[in-house]
Amino acid sequence: MSTETPTWERFDRRRRLGRFFALLATAVTVLVSWRFLSIEFVALDTVPREVADLLTRMYPPDVAYTPEIVGPLIETVHIAALGTIGAVALAIPVALLAAENTTPNALTYWLGKVLVTVSRSVNTIIWALIFVVMFGAGALPGAIAIAFRSVGFLGKLLGEEIEEIDFGQVEAVRAAGASPVQMLLYGILPQVKPALVGLTVYRWEINIRDSTVLGFVGAGGIGVELFRAIDAFAWRSVSMILIAILGIVVLSELISKQTRGMVR
Amino acid sequence: MAAGEATWDRPSVFPRREIKWLTYLAVVAFFLWSAWGLGAAPGRILDGIGNAVTLAGDFVPPEATPRQRTRIVEKMLESVAIAMVSTLTGILVSVPIAFMAAENISPRPLYALNRGLISISRAFNAIIVAIIAVKAVGFGPLAGIVTITFKTVGFFSKLLAEDIEDIDMGSVEAVRAAGSSPVQTLLYGVVPQIVPRFAGLSIYRWDINIRTSTIIGIVGAGGIGSVLLTAFNRYDYGYVSAILLAIIAVVLVAEGVSAVVRRRYQ
Repeated sequence: MSTETPTWERFDRRRRLGRFFALLATAVTVLVSWRFLSIEFVALDTVPREVADLLTRMYPPDVAYTPEIVGPLIETVHIAALGTIGAVALAIPVALLAAENTTPNALTYWLGKVLVTVSRSVNTIIWALIFVVMFGAGALPGAIAIAFRSVGFLGKLLGEEIEEIDFGQVEAVRAAGASPVQMLLYGILPQVKPALVGLTVYRWEINIRDSTVLGFVGAGGIGVELFRAIDAFAWRSVSMILIAILGIVVLSELISKQTRGMVR
Repeated sequence: MAAGEATWDRPSVFPRREIKWLTYLAVVAFFLWSAWGLGAAPGRILDGIGNAVTLAGDFVPPEATPRQRTRIVEKMLESVAIAMVSTLTGILVSVPIAFMAAENISPRPLYALNRGLISISRAFNAIIVAIIAVKAVGFGPLAGIVTITFKTVGFFSKLLAEDIEDIDMGSVEAVRAAGSSPVQTLLYGVVPQIVPRFAGLSIYRWDINIRTSTIIGIVGAGGIGSVLLTAFNRYDYGYVSAILLAIIAVVLVAEGVSAVVRRRYQ
C-alpha cells in the first residue's frame, strides 16, 4: 500500500481510547449507582402520575391566603439583605487574605483559602442548623447562616478580582506615605469597586433564593409557612406560597440584572 | 472657581449627584429596616456569640462510633449514587428542552414555553423541590433523583441553550444547503459545535449535584442529610461535625475532579 491516502482524524488513537474508557467508566458508575439505590424501573411510570396528581390538588392556588404570607415574605427579603451585608463585611478581609498579592504571608494565604473552601462546601441549610442551635430559632440565625455561606463565594471571587488589580497604583499610594488602611481605601478599593458591587448584588439574588428554605430548620422566612402548609396537606396554600416565591425570585433576578448592567 | 475652568468628575453610573445620594440613602434605609425587622439587637447578637463559644466546644472533637462511621459511609454512598443517576437523567431531559429554548433554532411559542420551564426550575431551591417530591413519590432516594433531575434541567438547559444561541449559523446553513432534513441539520450542523461545552457543563453540574444530594436528606429525599438532621436532633454535636467533615471531603473531591476534567476539555 504505497499510495496511502491521508485521512483526517479528530483525535489520535490514545485520546480516542481515553474518551472511550471515560465514557465506559461513567456508564458503569451510573448503572452501579442505580443498582445500589435499588429503584425498580416501575418507578418511571409512577413519578409522572404522582406528580400530576399533586399538581391537580394544588390547583387553583388559594388567593385568600395571600395576606398571611406577606409578613414571612418580607422577612425572607430582610434575611437575604442582612445576610448579604454581613457577608460583605466578612468577605473583604477574607478576600484580602485569599488574594496572592495582598496576603501578608503563605500562612495567611492558606488560611484565606481554607475559610473560602469551608464556607462554600457547607450548604446554607446546614449553616442554618448550626446557628439555630447557637442563637435559637428565628430569622437572626437565618441571616447569619446566609452570611457565612456567602463569605466563601464573595471571598473567592473578590479575591480573584484583587489578584488582577494594577499593583502600581497601590505602590503609588504607599509611596505617598499612606497607612495600610489608606492603601486599602485609595489603592485597592477603587479598582475593585465595580466588581464588589456587581458580586454583592449577584450574591444577594442567590441569597433571596436560599433564604426561602431556611424556615425548614427553624431559621425564619417564608419557608416556615411553606413547611406548615405542606405538613397540613394544604396544597392550594402551598401553590400560593410557591407563586409568591417565584414572584420574589424573578423580581430579585430583574433588579440584580439591571444593577449589574449599570456597574459593568 | 474661575469661569470656564475645566474640572474632572469621576465617571459615575448615576446621571445626577442627587440621584446618587438618594439611591445610597434608600439602600441604607432598607438595611436599617431589615435589621429592625429581624430584631438584630446588639445585645442578642452578643448573647448568641457567648452561646456560640460554649457550643463550639461541643462540636470538637468530631467523633463517631464505628457503627456511626459505617452509617456515614453508607449514606454518603447513597448521596453520590443519587447524584450520579440524576445527573444522567437530568441531562437526558435537558437536551431537548435546551434545543427548544434556543432562540435561533426554536419557534417563538416553543421558545417562550421552555424558557418559562427553565425559570421555574431555577427559582425554587432544591429543598423546596425535594419536600414536594417526597410528598409525591414517598421518602427515599427516588425523591432525591426527581429533585435533582428537576433542578439540573433549569441549569443545564439554560446554559446549553445559550451555547446553542452562540453557534456559528453558517455551518448550519451549509448543512441545510446540502439538502439535509431538520434532524440531520441538528445532528451535523448544531451538535458538533456544542459537544465540548456539553461535556464541561455535564461535569460541572455533576459537581453541583453531589453538593445538593448531601442536603436533600434533611427533608427525607435520601442521602447523608437525614443522618445529619438526626444527629442535630439528638444534640450529638461530635457526630454532627464528623458528618460535616465527611460532606466537606466529598464535596472537595467532586470539585477537584470537576476542575481537572473541565481544564482538560477546554
